[in-house]
Amino acid sequence: MAGPVPGSPVLAARGLVREFRGFRAVDGVDLDVAEGSVHALVGPNGAGKTTLFNLLTGFLKPTAGSVRLGPHELAGRSPEHVARLGLARSFQITSLFAELTPLQHVELALAGRTGLGWRFWRSDKALRRFSGRAAELLEQVGLDGHGATPAGALAYGRKRALELALALALDPKVLLLDEPTAGMGVEDVDRTVRLIQRVRETGGRTLTVVMVEHNMSVVSSLADRVTVLQQGRVLVEGPYAEIRHDPRVVTAYLGDSNAAH
Amino acid sequence: MILSRLAGRPVLLVIGLVAALLLPWFVYPPVALDIACWALFAAAVDLLLGFTGLLSFGHAAFWGSAAYATGLIAVHSGLPFPVAVLGGAAFSAVLAVPIGYLSIRLRGIYFAMVTLAFAQMVYFVANQWRDVTGGENGLQGIPRDFFGVDLSDPFFFYYAGLPFILAGLFVAWRIVRSPFGRVLVSIRDNSARARALGYSIDRYKLLVFVLSAALSGLGGGLFAIGHGFASLDGVYWTTSGQAVMMVVLGGIGTLWGGAIGAALIVELNDRLATAGFQETGIITGAIFIVVVLVFRRGVWGTARTLLER
Repeated sequence: MAGPVPGSPVLAARGLVREFRGFRAVDGVDLDVAEGSVHALVGPNGAGKTTLFNLLTGFLKPTAGSVRLGPHELAGRSPEHVARLGLARSFQITSLFAELTPLQHVELALAGRTGLGWRFWRSDKALRRFSGRAAELLEQVGLDGHGATPAGALAYGRKRALELALALALDPKVLLLDEPTAGMGVEDVDRTVRLIQRVRETGGRTLTVVMVEHNMSVVSSLADRVTVLQQGRVLVEGPYAEIRHDPRVVTAYLGDSNAAH
Repeated sequence: MILSRLAGRPVLLVIGLVAALLLPWFVYPPVALDIACWALFAAAVDLLLGFTGLLSFGHAAFWGSAAYATGLIAVHSGLPFPVAVLGGAAFSAVLAVPIGYLSIRLRGIYFAMVTLAFAQMVYFVANQWRDVTGGENGLQGIPRDFFGVDLSDPFFFYYAGLPFILAGLFVAWRIVRSPFGRVLVSIRDNSARARALGYSIDRYKLLVFVLSAALSGLGGGLFAIGHGFASLDGVYWTTSGQAVMMVVLGGIGTLWGGAIGAALIVELNDRLATAGFQETGIITGAIFIVVVLVFRRGVWGTARTLLER
């Protein structure tokens, strides 16, 4: 097989199933994420988006099915292994280390690929070798000047930006964003959309992004392809303009209150 | 301003060292050694509790079995006491591998209970294996050979043992302030996030568990040499509880707080026992409750917050 061709799937799920005590939260999902694209996962609450996300990133083990990232099978691997193979994720609920500064966060993320984390006999000053690159990443997400504030004291939008910097620090093949604009006001949403567009286009390539997102204006401005999930299955898949008016999607979102039981 | 400058490391380090060096001049020398050993034990427990977020309620297994191992080496080999003490610490580290492997996957109270269960198993073995441990009589007559130097005076032995304690405390400090320590704090604060950054948190937890056990064993082994015997008390669950209590008294996640907790509890127990008071647990327990209610961050944690203001 030749190297990655633009448009060919870099991340592919086949027949993915996750059962919780007989309830199928994800029920036979196929997903192809094209190299260099932004792929949005949407659907009403309980559609299985977060479960699917956790299956892709190793935080949940699938009951059945496979996930491939390039040549690697991911299903059944631990989250840390998945992360090292090049699938980086952000968290829906901002998920940081309260006592560490943004600079320390990114240093830690950068050090993950080296064995430095094991050196209990060395001074933590050894982590400063990553501080140059860490500062670059913080600047990229607009956090320059906030490198030394404890993360717990950052404003909400900045915490989300730090989430992004952490995921980018892993130099991922695919970036998975779990509701990157959740809980944000309109201004922050716009800024985050621009930020995601900007950071995708760095380092001479276009980063592949999979995002769970509720905000349709974010989906419309970012996503190349949209997969609509409902009750653990793929309802529709296609470009945003196509799926937007699909009657099945409209029903899924508005509920079937108009339909007769 | 002045206070915040005083909070700078070198000053406190000097104060701590001077206190450690002068301790046997102010407290009964055997008690001074006990304080030093417990201080290291408490720091080792704090590595898990304060810096990794794991409450071990079974560290008596490492403190107490290192005491036996140290004693057995000293009794049967006639090697100098430092070799015996280091051998005891190594024994604890080895013992911590299976115990840690089987318990670090659990969290919170389940981790505490499983470590307690393992410690009780160690206690059971020590109690039953009379030929080796002396059972209820303990392992008696542990020598403190050191190339013919007479260390029988507890005052001098304190200074012979202190370097091991200081080295152990230095190792604990180094661990906390290392890249490894940074990973531990990230696991404590948000383990899912640490995994998403590619860190195999179970392996990190296992390593810190083994290191903590080795340092506990260093303290326990020296304690056994200092007393000349190793007893079932060392592997009993109250020993685990006392170490945790010292950490909480001094301040969780402060490392040095444990030393203050150790000094308070050991000295108080000794004073009460000398005065003929039997139920020391009532007094230390009451102090513990007051400190936990009034100074949430422990003695050292509270003092540090005030100094940094």
